[in-house]
Amino acid sequence: MIKVSPKAKRLLVPIVSVIAGFLVGAIIMLVWSYDPFQAYSSMFESALGSANGIGETIRNATPLIFIAIGFQISSAAGFFNIGLPGQAQAGWLTAIWIGLAFKGLPVYILLPFEIIAGSLAGALVAGIAGWLRAYFGTNEVISTIMLNYIVLYLCQYLHQDVMNKSLRVDTDTTKTVGASGSLRIPWLSEMFGGSRISGGIFLAIIALVIFWFLMKKTTVGFEIKAVGLNPFASRYAGMSDKKNIIISMLLSGAFCGLGGVVQGLGTYQNYFTQTTTLDIGWDGMSVALLGGMSAIGILLASLLFSILKIGGLGMQTAAGIPFEIVSIVIAAIIFFVAISWAVGLLFKEKKSDKTATYIATAETAGRQAANDQQKGGEA
Amino acid sequence: MEKEIKNIIEMRHIVKDFNGFKANNDINLTLRKGEILALLGENGAGKSTLMSILSGLLEPTSGEIYVRGEKVNISGPNVATSLGIGMVHQHFMLAQAFTVLENIILGHETTKGLALDFKTAREKILALSKQYGLAIDPDAKISDITVAQQQRVEILKVLYRGADILIFDEPTAVLTPQEITEFIKIMKNLVKEGKSIILITHKLKEIKESADRVTVIRAGKSIQTVSVADANDEQLAEMMVGHHVNFKLDKDPLNLGKNILEVKDLHVNEDRGTEAVKGLSFTIRGGEILGLAGIDGNGQDELVEAITGLRHVEGGQVVINGQDLTNKPVRQITEAGVGHIPADRQKYGLILQLPLSENIASQTYYKEPYSKHGIMNEQAIREHARELIKKFDVRTTSEQLPASDLSGGNQQKAIIARELDRDADLIIAFQPTRGLDVGAIEYIHSQLLKQRDAGKAVLLVSYELDEILQLSDRIVVLHDGAESGEVKPDQTSETELGLLMTGKNTKKEAAAND
Ligand SMILES: Nc1ncnc2c1ncn2[C@@H]1O[C@H](COP(=O)(O)OP(=O)(O)OP(=O)(O)O)[C@@H](O)[C@H]1O
Ligand SMILES: [Mg+2]
Repeated sequence: MIKVSPKAKRLLVPIVSVIAGFLVGAIIMLVWSYDPFQAYSSMFESALGSANGIGETIRNATPLIFIAIGFQISSAAGFFNIGLPGQAQAGWLTAIWIGLAFKGLPVYILLPFEIIAGSLAGALVAGIAGWLRAYFGTNEVISTIMLNYIVLYLCQYLHQDVMNKSLRVDTDTTKTVGASGSLRIPWLSEMFGGSRISGGIFLAIIALVIFWFLMKKTTVGFEIKAVGLNPFASRYAGMSDKKNIIISMLLSGAFCGLGGVVQGLGTYQNYFTQTTTLDIGWDGMSVALLGGMSAIGILLASLLFSILKIGGLGMQTAAGIPFEIVSIVIAAIIFFVAISWAVGLLFKEKKSDKTATYIATAETAGRQAANDQQKGGEA
Repeated sequence: MEKEIKNIIEMRHIVKDFNGFKANNDINLTLRKGEILALLGENGAGKSTLMSILSGLLEPTSGEIYVRGEKVNISGPNVATSLGIGMVHQHFMLAQAFTVLENIILGHETTKGLALDFKTAREKILALSKQYGLAIDPDAKISDITVAQQQRVEILKVLYRGADILIFDEPTAVLTPQEITEFIKIMKNLVKEGKSIILITHKLKEIKESADRVTVIRAGKSIQTVSVADANDEQLAEMMVGHHVNFKLDKDPLNLGKNILEVKDLHVNEDRGTEAVKGLSFTIRGGEILGLAGIDGNGQDELVEAITGLRHVEGGQVVINGQDLTNKPVRQITEAGVGHIPADRQKYGLILQLPLSENIASQTYYKEPYSKHGIMNEQAIREHARELIKKFDVRTTSEQLPASDLSGGNQQKAIIARELDRDADLIIAFQPTRGLDVGAIEYIHSQLLKQRDAGKAVLLVSYELDEILQLSDRIVVLHDGAESGEVKPDQTSETELGLLMTGKNTKKEAAAND
């Protein structure tokens, strides 16, 4: 074990995890006799080697930032929101629909309208799970998973059967939104070699600041944290658990909805039939798990993920590595990052007070168990 | 012939530095074979720290440890275990969802091939439990057994690992008087079987009843070790706090105000739905302390939770300051003028991971100056915390330390500071001095009396008769969720209270027989 200060540990663990992931990925490629150097260099080349590549990487990261924020707000309150794909999808369809239906409105009305409506749609979907949890004790893991499918098929029904035909190209695809309803910024796309990067990245940066401010500086964030850390003590202190469940789920869903909005108005410009739950929902969750509760962490994690994703395409085309191997390598890297707590065992905090943490963890574990039982009892 | 080892443990010049703060500052301690050594010291004096060093959870900054005459380096809990040292912590470390048996063998499983050898383990545990009089059901789940039983599990766990040096950190703080008597018996059994014990406790009475010698530490330094037979309470208390401690409280004459709390025919259920409070009525007026005596589990928890809005009231009324607050939200009740010192400080009183300052603000964070328009004012929160830390003598190096880093007694003081600082008309104090040293107890008691003298109503719920008798103006005895009698502290005895607590009302019975 290596002795380091707690601060250094927080920095070292993710870095070592990422390196370990790349090493394992290299071993996997060697086993199948592909050249890892060539593979990784073409990965970085395509993700970061050109203006277009960088633009696409940022484009890919944009919705993930929103969704990771959404996931973290609900987990701070102690809820496992697995409904991220559904909430994002609701935001996507809503924003596009409004953009098409109110095409004539000027940009300063239409764009805010789309964005707000999209985030409200996400909030509504998550809010249902929050409401079920608060008033009926329904396990949010189950309800959000079910909501993913409800949203998936409801969106299909809405856009294939309810949406006015004049807004669609065919049953599966809508028309694209006009310039006044789009997040694309011509000079920005041009700067990044005609990539699909959009103004959504600026909104994402603002969202990160809001997230930081919300959790660190506001009473709402304080209550969410308190309820998540110790629901008994927060009830004792007069915080309403029902209120906080619902607020945290609404906020969580609103951010996820925004993830869908930037995907729609920034990346695709339209909506098309989805056959499975949205990838960005699951990727956003991984980003959140890697980035932790910090805004900077989420930003860096979303970029890493996007480098892997965009670079993975490059590995296939430039280095000729089959899609399956690329997926395994990326999965290995993500796996190592996800189990970074195991990497954490390598480092021992210098001068740390083992008892305090030891007792605290034993305590929380105990409380958690008691808590779970009570939740089980309610349900 | 082999030389008889007299000192089974010697700790010499132990220093433990937490980022510049010396929690242990040159402590010497010796434990003789077959004795019970008490460790006495104020909250935050460094007792738990010293024992964590001995059990391998903390590394000392400097100092030497000798076990059975040999110098050792206790670099981890496993080393301590192999040296025969076992510790039962201030806050238990059991997995709630596991059974007693599973908890005991956790980490020291014996296997038969690939499978766990439960049979041998069970036999060994039952043998130990019989040998030392530690009755326990090995198949019960931890979450289903009482605190006293959980403690036995912790002791068995330590014995199972073959310890012959046992460390108990405030074992009696969580026990009722009856269970304490039982516990002292267990310790005596252990010593009789050749074990040596270090006992941390703040209760001088227990030291008198069980220990052979007592080592007093103050502010991280060992002050003196004396034989218990040669010491009296006043001397011990003085050694411990460094100045004279007043055991007698001066009480002003009663000056009653208006009704503050009225509980009318209250019915409350416990978790499983059976009735726990069965038609209880009482009133507390401003300027008086009502003591609620009773054996643990006779409806005290449910009553307090119902009054404070944490539990649903099935029938009856709770009126505070003339306002009907039955089944109202917790915050509304708090705002109506209630301060609540909860019985379980780590479950209800604190959010251990958050800084002390935010814990101190946990009842007021939404008000100015601590926040404005929903934005927290960290500066104001910290300043206020520093003020209270000073005023209530909470021993900590910084208000930004997570609450979990405070010693047990200082966590309690922080809660009391928060609750008394709000100028509430009704103070509900549930076991307010649990785990506090005599100096701190004296201080808390005088604070509660000050509240009374300032015209506040105080509901004191305690399992300790001494505390109830000392502070209360009236005593209501609770038995099986109902009042079994009301007495005046100066016109009753421990015997009468004891009888009332078991539900025998001699006066009522006498009246009925007339
Ligand atoms: N990790 C830590 N960092 C900083 N200070 C600490 C840490 N752990 C303990 N302390 C401080 O060390 C001092 C001694 O704590 P300790 O828990 O040993 O006290 P104690 O004698 O057991 O008190 P009590 O009777 O209240 O349990 C306290 O002032 C406490 O705040
Ligand atoms: Mg202690």
